[in-house]
Amino acid sequence: MENENNAGEPESTGASRRAFLKQSSALAAFALTPPAAVHAVERGLDEKVAVAFEQQPLRVEINGVAQQLSVEPRVTLLDLLREQLNLTGTKKGCDHGQCGACTVHVDGQRVNSCLTLALTTEGSKVTTIEGLGSVDKLHPMQEAFIKHDGFQCGYCTPGQIMSAVACINEGHANSPDEVREYMSGNICRCGAYANIVEAIMEVKSKGGRI
Amino acid sequence: MKNEKNPPLDRIDGRMKVTGGAKYFADFAIPNMTYCVIVGSEIARGTVTNIDIKKAQGAPGVLGVFTHQNMPPIPGWDAPPSKQADGPPPKPDTEEKYRILSSPKILFDGQPIAMVVADTYERATYAASLVKATYSKQAARTDLDKHKKDEITPKGGDYARGNAKAFESAPVQLESEYTIPIEVHNPMELHGIVVHWTGADQLMIYAKTQGVNSTQQAMAQAFKLDPKNIHVHTEFMGGGFGMGLRTWPQETATVAIAKKVGRPVKLVMHRSQMFTTVGHRPYTAQSIQMGADKNGKLISIHHAATAETAKYEDFTEATVNMTKFMYDCPNVSTRYRLVRLDRSVPIWMRGPGEATGAFALESAMDEMAHKLNMDPIEFRIKNYTETDPEHNRPYSSKHLKEAYERGAEAIGWKERKNEPGVSKEDNWLAGYGMSTGVFNAFRWEASARVVLNADGSLVVQSAVTDIGPGTGTALTMIAHNVLDIPFDRIKVEYGDTSLPKAPSQGGSAIVSAVGSAVFDTCTKIKNELFELTTKAGAPLAGSKAADLSMENGNIFLSNSPSKKVAVTELLKTNNLPSIAQTADSKGSAEQEKYSMYSFSVHFVKVKVNALTGAVRVTKAVSVADSGRIISPKTAASQMIGGVTGGIGMALTEEAIIDHRFGRFVNNNLADYHVAVHADVPAIETIFIDKPDPIINPMGAKGMGEIALIGFSAAVANAVFNATGKRIRQLPITPDKVMQQVS
Repeated sequence: MENENNAGEPESTGASRRAFLKQSSALAAFALTPPAAVHAVERGLDEKVAVAFEQQPLRVEINGVAQQLSVEPRVTLLDLLREQLNLTGTKKGCDHGQCGACTVHVDGQRVNSCLTLALTTEGSKVTTIEGLGSVDKLHPMQEAFIKHDGFQCGYCTPGQIMSAVACINEGHANSPDEVREYMSGNICRCGAYANIVEAIMEVKSKGGRI
Repeated sequence: MKNEKNPPLDRIDGRMKVTGGAKYFADFAIPNMTYCVIVGSEIARGTVTNIDIKKAQGAPGVLGVFTHQNMPPIPGWDAPPSKQADGPPPKPDTEEKYRILSSPKILFDGQPIAMVVADTYERATYAASLVKATYSKQAARTDLDKHKKDEITPKGGDYARGNAKAFESAPVQLESEYTIPIEVHNPMELHGIVVHWTGADQLMIYAKTQGVNSTQQAMAQAFKLDPKNIHVHTEFMGGGFGMGLRTWPQETATVAIAKKVGRPVKLVMHRSQMFTTVGHRPYTAQSIQMGADKNGKLISIHHAATAETAKYEDFTEATVNMTKFMYDCPNVSTRYRLVRLDRSVPIWMRGPGEATGAFALESAMDEMAHKLNMDPIEFRIKNYTETDPEHNRPYSSKHLKEAYERGAEAIGWKERKNEPGVSKEDNWLAGYGMSTGVFNAFRWEASARVVLNADGSLVVQSAVTDIGPGTGTALTMIAHNVLDIPFDRIKVEYGDTSLPKAPSQGGSAIVSAVGSAVFDTCTKIKNELFELTTKAGAPLAGSKAADLSMENGNIFLSNSPSKKVAVTELLKTNNLPSIAQTADSKGSAEQEKYSMYSFSVHFVKVKVNALTGAVRVTKAVSVADSGRIISPKTAASQMIGGVTGGIGMALTEEAIIDHRFGRFVNNNLADYHVAVHADVPAIETIFIDKPDPIINPMGAKGMGEIALIGFSAAVANAVFNATGKRIRQLPITPDKVMQQVS
């Protein structure tokens, strides 16, 4: 157990980044980088500058609020919502587009936010569960989920509700069987499916876009 | 106290759950948060010969890379375990010892070999990808069927009553073998923990645990801290199904790492890591020998099970127990063995061993009924028992016959043909199946605090976690039934160690345990109110407490309701800002004279495609005989949840290991198939809803486990009825249906 008192501390966090930037400076693309930034990095003032350098501007409307953000290209919409905007209603269940817990609407379409790079939403309108309704004024689908007890632990619920709203608006809620088919991308491990289908059919029966 | 049937009540936390306001552990934001990512072993057995962390350490934003070479110590690892399986693993008498990141030795696939912390999740993830290990690999033993000869006998031993040789002379004999694959809990919420050292010896933990007290105890033990200094919060948990019944080593490691890093740490594991490091339902091979006379009376049952466990810890469960007491049978024996493999340790998964065992027993009952040419319900009624033959004592309550009748009627059992393979619907083969489930009804110790405020509102407090069954809603109902305070004036606070101690959410025991504590505490408040009402100078001075009733915030004379006083008035005239009571509650010695069980009966209708072997459950009816139902709406959801889990267990769920490498090939939700919307039909739930006179003041028994126990056998039995093919290896996938010769 060597090095116990120095556990896990990197010797120099900047080493590999500086090496990368030096190599990259030969690339044409790198010419776009402000020379002052390169200089700062080489002087070891790398991290803060690097953060700015790696981040890209993003303009997106989220739940009706225009956001001007700065995000790394590798950040998913899910992690942007959860970790940077504190919109934690959208859940991470697999991070692989396999469970539907992270379902949100981008320009009215349901998407798995874990498979959506945040930067691809430039200029879009994103709606999350927080933007659908509020505790004081619930969306009809939220009301129906409570009425039909369409959940147990509640973890998949935001995704189920976002998916359910889109399912109706897509015209895929014409029968319980059709709902089952078009909701099968949203897994509920507690097993509330039967109640969820009832909730969706009830909202659908009231007619119209929701 | 009213003890009539209870009305349906919307889930008290429904609004929080549908709006995204409910905060699960990973939803808590703490300034300066850091992110931890686990790097898992790529081999199932051997040694890490070299681990290169230099690149990871040098990656942007990295605050620490922890391996067996620099992991901060966990001082209390080897402290003796506490009563529940909630602490660090007990000092094993097994051949290996697993202490996370303490040795280069690899004992199972996916064993953490490094934990990487960085200032953003993306940076931690990237840095984790830079950790490179080389191994000295050994052949991994992961296949139970190949190593059965290495079985060990766990503590508890075998069971036998009657004549061990009765089977040999039984006129009708059945010998069958059944297999349950590895199943993984896979709650929707990823496992993990958020750790914040708020002082040198002060910890704030947001956990994914089925018991905050148990996590608190485990961490106190591991870090030699006073439990009072450890605050654990789990108001919402995104499903557990048993995997949150212990504190896993990577949680403890995160606490140690957070101290070293000096900043809060959030660990959110990957889905694939949940197949290897947070338990599973163990692969279990079973055999049943059953003997009966020609009239359908059972003569003997022998039930044997062999289950996998880890090399470093023996995990046991009650796989063969149901066979000991379920039917009236004079000669019964059971045998339970473990095989230690190069696998991570299992943990109870919903229904736990009883669900595994019930698949075998209830399939065998169906097979025997077929041999006898009897209706499967008739065969069960023929061997029905009103007393527990294992313990020779009465059941506290048992209405199973009524459950058989009501379920049979609801599914349309009379349409069933006893001859298999003869019914067709829409060109699919159609069949009916049924089975029985049973699980202990417990009465554990718990405490609660209840505060009646001057404005007439009530606050009920317990540390218990509500992992989804609707505990908070049930506690609201119980408080309402004692004090008749309107539902919307009752608030239940739970899931936090600052509240009165409660057992972990598990064992179908929480309504019984915590519900009784709430009942007793509310009763104390009621008594105090009645005293205030009847004392000298009080509004109903001179009346007897026994003559008083409460309704809608008023206390009145039962036989003269106009003589009343409002609770708010009573507190005001007595200058009381509130009345608070705390009570501990536990069962009585009287209960030891009884066997206390909840029962269920499952009925399914299936259709089977004769060309493809695809099986569809087209209708399901589940009946629960679990005493008084406290919260009918959430209880019904629990039952349909059991059916849904049961459909997955019966038809699709199987974690598959490539034994050449000892590693999973389907460790994700696209390849490990849990039931989805399209797999689940409309489900009817039926409650017998008769209070149990023994178990607790509410008469309520648990139902979380019985909702699942037995269900997979009902499906297998229905598939047999539809096709004449008997599938004894779960899951019943199309290939098995097509290959199986009846």
